[in-house]
Amino acid sequence: MKILVIAEHDNQKLAPATAHALGAAKALGAAADVLVAGHGCRAVAEQAAKLEGVARVLLADSSVLADLTAEALAAQALKIAKEYTHILVPATAFGKNVAPRIAALLDVAQISDIVKVIDADTFVRPIYAGNALATVRSGDPIKVITVRGTAFDAVGDGGNAPIEAIEAIAEPGPTKVVGREVTKSARPELTNARIIVSGGRGLGSAEKFHEVLEPLADKLGAAIGASRAAVDAGYAPNDYQVGQTGKIVAPELYVAIGISGAIQHLAGMKDSKVIVAINKDPEAPIFQVADYGLVADLFQAVPELTQKL
Amino acid sequence: MKILVPVKRVVDYNVKIRVKPDGSGVDTANVKMSMNPFDEIAVEEAIRLKEAGVASEVIVVSCGVAQCQETLRAAMAMGADRGILVQTDVELQPLAVAKLLKAVVEKEQPGLVIAGKQAIDDDANQTGQMLAALLGWPQATFASKVEIADGRARVTREVDGGLETVELPLPAVITTDLRLNEPRFATLPNIMKAKKKPVDTLTPEALGVDVTPRLATLKVEEPPKRKAGVMVGSVDELIEKLRNEAKVI
Ligand SMILES: Cc1cc2nc3c(=O)[nH]c(=O)nc-3n(C[C@H](O)[C@H](O)[C@H](O)COP(=O)(O)OP(=O)(O)OC[C@H]3O[C@@H](n4cnc5c(N)ncnc54)[C@H](O)[C@@H]3O)c2cc1C
Ligand SMILES: Nc1ncnc2c1ncn2[C@@H]1O[C@H](COP(=O)(O)O)[C@@H](O)[C@H]1O
Repeated sequence: MKILVIAEHDNQKLAPATAHALGAAKALGAAADVLVAGHGCRAVAEQAAKLEGVARVLLADSSVLADLTAEALAAQALKIAKEYTHILVPATAFGKNVAPRIAALLDVAQISDIVKVIDADTFVRPIYAGNALATVRSGDPIKVITVRGTAFDAVGDGGNAPIEAIEAIAEPGPTKVVGREVTKSARPELTNARIIVSGGRGLGSAEKFHEVLEPLADKLGAAIGASRAAVDAGYAPNDYQVGQTGKIVAPELYVAIGISGAIQHLAGMKDSKVIVAINKDPEAPIFQVADYGLVADLFQAVPELTQKL
Repeated sequence: MKILVPVKRVVDYNVKIRVKPDGSGVDTANVKMSMNPFDEIAVEEAIRLKEAGVASEVIVVSCGVAQCQETLRAAMAMGADRGILVQTDVELQPLAVAKLLKAVVEKEQPGLVIAGKQAIDDDANQTGQMLAALLGWPQATFASKVEIADGRARVTREVDGGLETVELPLPAVITTDLRLNEPRFATLPNIMKAKKKPVDTLTPEALGVDVTPRLATLKVEEPPKRKAGVMVGSVDELIEKLRNEAKVI
């Protein structure tokens, strides 16, 4: 078994999802090489080298990789992919963009969003918005896998792996990044937060979404999430969306406020340790997964909660 | 320019699926089937590009059992011009679908493929990217805005930190996110008209594609159930529980 983990980063910082992918490598039972491909990204390689369970960090640093596009990253990975039996990538927007390209170019299946390793060829993955778990076995010589971060503990620091420069691809891909609109927030990142306060259509407007949820999130040191309905209505930016097609989260505490609990939303949060639901409708399906349910008007209950904490 | 839109027949998103007691899969007999919601968004976007004069023809393709005809008809009722059914009873996995679509692309020579980002049954999120790789085309996944001009696409993508805008030359593959558009409903006259639109039927063999599954499904089971929670009567009780019972705050 030889494992390659593809690092997610922005040329400056290693994304925490990479440490979770290394958690899956650990479950497979072997140290992994980590590919850091980008431009001016030596600091990222240094961060990766410190993680536990890293055999080597392979650094491809070139201006042709600066935009971190799927085309360029897949081409870079292909230069070394055949030396490995397993290629692990975080199941994030970054990883989902790149990994299938690598798999297709290797002519192997990709195994999406694994939540458990059974053995070197066999994995468990959710299907149908997490309403079923499939155990699948791959017969391909190379397993290209995306890893659900909430299902594997991040490896810790304590490693000291060597960093080896490798030759970068010669040509940049055809796709150019011409703009980035990064959601700025002083709050913890959604997928890593210990507590999440999440709002739905019940908040009624963007103003109320902020006015009601932010003081509570401040008190709890929480990240803020949202249902699709809240994002679609413009109450919150797209990267707040929790669910089947948004972010998958599993915090210690998830507080669902004015969210009905559609299966697509539950898919993204039902592995949270403790779930609280505040909803005025006693029949709302969110109560079926909540550890603590409070039937109340959120505009009264949430400010009261914030004040009493 | 032709636009090709792959459309998948899936269990309707409102259906609460049931795992078969023998663990062999999910029960799909007698459940409502619909077009994958992301593919409706893709069809809508393609039709809008045709209405804007950017595209000349919208071709929809579905791979799978004979009933995928219905999915093609639904797309044509929205406004797609014609359909292609790649018919097989073999369980199709994303790599196989990507290879079938590649063969269809080589036949039809579209300037753009717009697929859904994810099928809501397998939740794979692979096929569009795989197709782009096999064709050697650029890709723009998870699109929330698409502009086409001068042989190039400018696409805003929903990524983890916010939004990213990319520019890529055509031909290319774009995959749709939820906020790209609101798909139209088919009107009755258009549903009638769609019945007369042409559908070509092909097979994997005729396209020279080996669709043998690469992943064997050993078992399908229900996820562990959460144990029943309690209802609290007041904010005070909630705080008490969170502090002393759950100990999370
Ligand atoms: C393909 C597809 C993918 C999807 N992916 C996702 C996804 O990733 N994430 C996601 O969240 N959704 C997703 N959805 C949408 C999902 O089906 C639901 O439509 C959505 O989750 C509903 O959001 P909501 O609960 O905020 O809104 P609603 O269902 O409208 O619920 C609002 C709730 O607020 C309550 N409420 C209203 N006023 C008050 C008040 N004053 N006090 C207390 N409670 C109040 C109401 O009782 C109600 O329960 C997807 C749908 C499709 C088709
Ligand atoms: N059997 C199929 N027939 C037509 N299109 C498909 C099929 N399977 C997948 N697709 C397309 O690929 C997208 C992503 O699917 P997936 O990779 O399975 O999540 C879907 O939204 C469709 O556009």
